[in-house]
Amino acid sequence: MRSYAEDVLTLARKDLMLELRARDTLPAMLLFVIAALVVFHFALPADASKLAAKGLLWVAIVFTALVGLTRAFVAEREQRTIDGLLLAPCDRSAIWLAKGVAVLAFLVLAEVVALPAFALFFSGVNGATIAGVALADLGIAGVGTLLAAMASLSRARELLLPLLFLPLAIPVIVGGVGASVVDSPGRYLGFLALYDVVFAIISWASFEYVVTE
Amino acid sequence: MLATTLVSASIALIFFYAPVDQDGLNQKIFYFHVPIAFTAYACFGWGAWKAFVHLWKRPPGADLESYVAIHQGVIFGAMTLITGSIWAKISWGRWWVWSSHQLVLFLVLFLFYAAYFMLRFSVEPGPQRENLCAVYAIFGVVLIPISYLAIRLAQDYIHPVTFSRHGPQMAGSQFATFCVALAGMVALAGFLYRLELAGKRLDQRLRELREALA
Repeated sequence: MRSYAEDVLTLARKDLMLELRARDTLPAMLLFVIAALVVFHFALPADASKLAAKGLLWVAIVFTALVGLTRAFVAEREQRTIDGLLLAPCDRSAIWLAKGVAVLAFLVLAEVVALPAFALFFSGVNGATIAGVALADLGIAGVGTLLAAMASLSRARELLLPLLFLPLAIPVIVGGVGASVVDSPGRYLGFLALYDVVFAIISWASFEYVVTE
Repeated sequence: MLATTLVSASIALIFFYAPVDQDGLNQKIFYFHVPIAFTAYACFGWGAWKAFVHLWKRPPGADLESYVAIHQGVIFGAMTLITGSIWAKISWGRWWVWSSHQLVLFLVLFLFYAAYFMLRFSVEPGPQRENLCAVYAIFGVVLIPISYLAIRLAQDYIHPVTFSRHGPQMAGSQFATFCVALAGMVALAGFLYRLELAGKRLDQRLRELREALA
């Protein structure tokens, strides 16, 4: 009898290995985030404050996450591998957790490039911003994975995901931007942590209903 | 019948009984706006409860009830946005104020529940759609307090100065009027909910009969 953690690790390793072989998500996310930052440079007039750029960094992060999330369940849908996953003798929530880990890994890798690029193009990032990004990534990956699974079951697919995701991403943006721009970011980081915990619990508990009938 | 009585009673009370306070007649919209907003919350809450019951015990029809409740919630939510916007125009001279937490929250909720309909009508009817909608509806009620908190927090770095909507405490007669108005709105929403539900059920039954004949 395999443990829950082993199931999650096996499934997450499968997703990462698929990406390593096909390389179709991460390069797209990296290019997208750099392109978005360049676009933002031209969107900000000369006398815009540094704080405005910080806000745009968060826009870039959320939309880059969306690029990754739209790809998250493509194989499950197009090759019908979801049927295989559902037949696997593991808890269904392990599928969500493993996919979330893979999404999180892509997002973190994209940000490892995006944050230095932001520092280069605009202004330096402080510790609070990095902590905010780390906490926000957890929430984005958790909620985003569940919504991506929902969207992959609909006819509208890629079109639907941003509509489902953006209203739920507003609190993440508030927490992240707040942590980046105020002097004492504790409250905002706490709020991001609260968001992560609350939505991780309901996503974890409800994923099984999304993928089964 | 109850809804008609209560709504007409509340209109009568609002215009003939409740005293005119220092804001003048403008303040009357308070008796519409706030009860409509409460009713919208109640509809979303009821929809999420029915969604939860659906996932829990799977009674037939809970999915439809959840959908109809959320549909009513969106209608009342849109009315909250409209009445709130009118109030903002009268009180602060602008149609939209980001510093009114309730209005911003309703905008977020409106976007969220509009996506609910997109989701619902983009999935083939069946057990899977019922589950997806139920999970999304439950996300909605969790999003309400989280968003409210987020909007409060965002205030600190977007608008340091906030308008205060709560001037003096409500007088007894104002409070009584408010309660009747609230009861009227809830009764109205309940009536519309039952009406729409009856219509949808008839529709479903008709389709079943037609399929049986074909």
